Order: sequence, then C-alpha cells, then structure tokens
Amino acid sequence: MLDLRLYMAQRLSALIMAPLVIGHIAVMIYAIQGGLSVEEILGRTQGSFAWFAFYGLFVLAVSIHAAIGLRVIVHEWLGLKGTGLQGFTWAVAIALLVLGGRSVWAVTFA
Amino acid sequence: MSAENGGLTVEVWRGVGGVGRFETFEVPRQESQTVLDVVSWIQQYVDPTLTYRFACRVGMCGSCAMMVNGVPRWTCRTHVGKVATGDSLTVEPLRNLPVIKDLAADMDPFFDKWVKAEAMHHPSETRHDPIRAVDTGTEARQQASAGIECINCAVCYAACDTVAGNPDYLGPAALQRAWTLYNDEREANPEAILDAVSGNGGCHNCHSMGSCTQYCPNELNPLAAIAGLKRETTKRVFRRRKDA
Repeated sequence: MLDLRLYMAQRLSALIMAPLVIGHIAVMIYAIQGGLSVEEILGRTQGSFAWFAFYGLFVLAVSIHAAIGLRVIVHEWLGLKGTGLQGFTWAVAIALLVLGGRSVWAVTFA
Repeated sequence: MSAENGGLTVEVWRGVGGVGRFETFEVPRQESQTVLDVVSWIQQYVDPTLTYRFACRVGMCGSCAMMVNGVPRWTCRTHVGKVATGDSLTVEPLRNLPVIKDLAADMDPFFDKWVKAEAMHHPSETRHDPIRAVDTGTEARQQASAGIECINCAVCYAACDTVAGNPDYLGPAALQRAWTLYNDEREANPEAILDAVSGNGGCHNCHSMGSCTQYCPNELNPLAAIAGLKRETTKRVFRRRKDA
C-alpha cells in the first residue's frame, strides 16, 4: 500500500513544508501587529513572485503529503484498495492542488 | 473447584475457522501455574477435543503463543498469577492470523511473509569453504545479533495494529529477520533484501507504534530493526542518485 516511492514523496514533502509552516506563522504574527486588512494582505502579495513561489510550493507539498497520508488512513480503516485507492489518492492530490492553486493565484497575479 | 473456592474461571475460544464462541471452564489453581498449564489441564481432564499447539514448554520453540486477556503472550512462560484479572482468564487464538481450530492459529501467512521479505540467508560461501571467523565487535554484527534470538512465536505479529489494518504488511518478525540478515557479513545479497522490504507491504508501512517491541517475550526490538531498514532504503535512494 505504501512503497518506498510514496514513503519518500511523503517525507520529502514534509521536509519542504516544515520551514514554510514556520515562515507562514512568523509572517502571520508579524503582519497582524497593526491590525489586519484585505488591502494590507493584497498589498503584500499582489504581483509578488516571491509570495507566489512561497505559497505555490506550499500548496504543492501539501497536496502530495496529504494525499498519501489520507491514502494510508482510507486503506487501513475503510479497506479501500487497488484502483479505488489509487483513484482516491490522485483525486485528493488534484483537488488540493486546484483549490490551493486557485487561492495562491487569486492573491498574487489574478 | 469453582472460582468461589479458589479455582479459576477460564473463557476459551472454541470453533473452526472464523466461526465459534467462548466456552467456560473451571480450572483448579496451582502454584506457579502457567497459562499453558491451564489449557493443558482443560484438554487432559475436561475436553480432549480442545485444540492448541505447544512443544518445548520452556520458551524456545515459539509455538504456544495465544491471546491471553486480549494480549498476545507465550503461554508456557506466562504465569496465571501475573495476568489473571481476579479469578478469570480469557484465552483466544493469536490475532491477525486465520484460525484453524480452537486456539491453533494458521501460521502460513506469517511464514509466507518471511519469504516475501527475503528474510532468508543467501549464502556467500559453500560448505566446502573453510569456516571464517566473524568479527563480533563490528556495528553491523551487533545490529544482526540484536535480533538473532527471535523464536518466530508471532506475538509481535499479533500485537501489530498495522498488520490488523493492512493485511499485506510484512509485519515486525519478518522485517526484523530481514534486518538481521542484511547486517550479516556472510549475507551474499543484501540489496535483494532492501528491494524486498521496499515494496507495497514493506517496512515503510510501519507507523512506529511499537507494540512489537512492547510485547516481544524475548525483549527484542523489532521497531528499531524496522527503523534501520527505513534508514538504509532511504540512504540507498540518495546513493543511487549520486551514482547515476
């Protein structure tokens, strides 16, 4: 159910997520000091390639990491296997990638 | 001889295959009585059709493991006084394995997985070669020696929740033997072992919950062995990339 390839994909995506989570939380704490507004957030992110890359990579890593994690849970607790399990894994990955990707695009270059 | 006057009330799983029920027996208590003594007493004095498995009675053969009050144990070395809740005891066949009859579990899936994990010695020399001394001081040999006392009792396999949820998972015993052989300098094909434990049911399915190590009657540490396999298979990914 989980071979070396999926195991590595999940561990490496976690490795990418760890500093990004810290960066995300650090910016959140810093940015709300003087109150929080839509203008302020968009002012920071819009047109910024750096923020696009930061959250784009975050979304990609989350999509891979969460899809594999949910694959394990669904297999062990609901008994889903074979093509169904494969389909579920891809569906979760693509759904998270599309949802997250749209959000990142919306606050950067849309 | 009932529980009221110093006896033991024992619930024993009876049945063929997966179908069955608990049957209650009253068994006299004795000093230093083991769970295997209890089961043997029932078979000898009450019901000769009770099916169970044992051989050595001294914790060496690994054939008498059963679930005792919901916990996998080697019954020949488990004292009733230490595990009974009051005057009652529940004995069932090992978890995570098909049941043949009563307390005898079918060990085939357990041993099939040892083969799947390549947990068998690939000889690097023949019987005609002179015997070579093995250096016992090396780190690899110490890793190998740490798991060498496994008696194949399947207690770890029955304790493992990952096996329960994922029937293809090779399980702690097979993976520990694979790790032992991987670290043995006489092993001719350690790469084949890493390949075998990297597949669908391989070591990467382990959640490191540690029930194997907690319940191993020989106090071995399959959890550490599986972590070792994860480490070596991961290292090999980067090594291969460097060599490519």
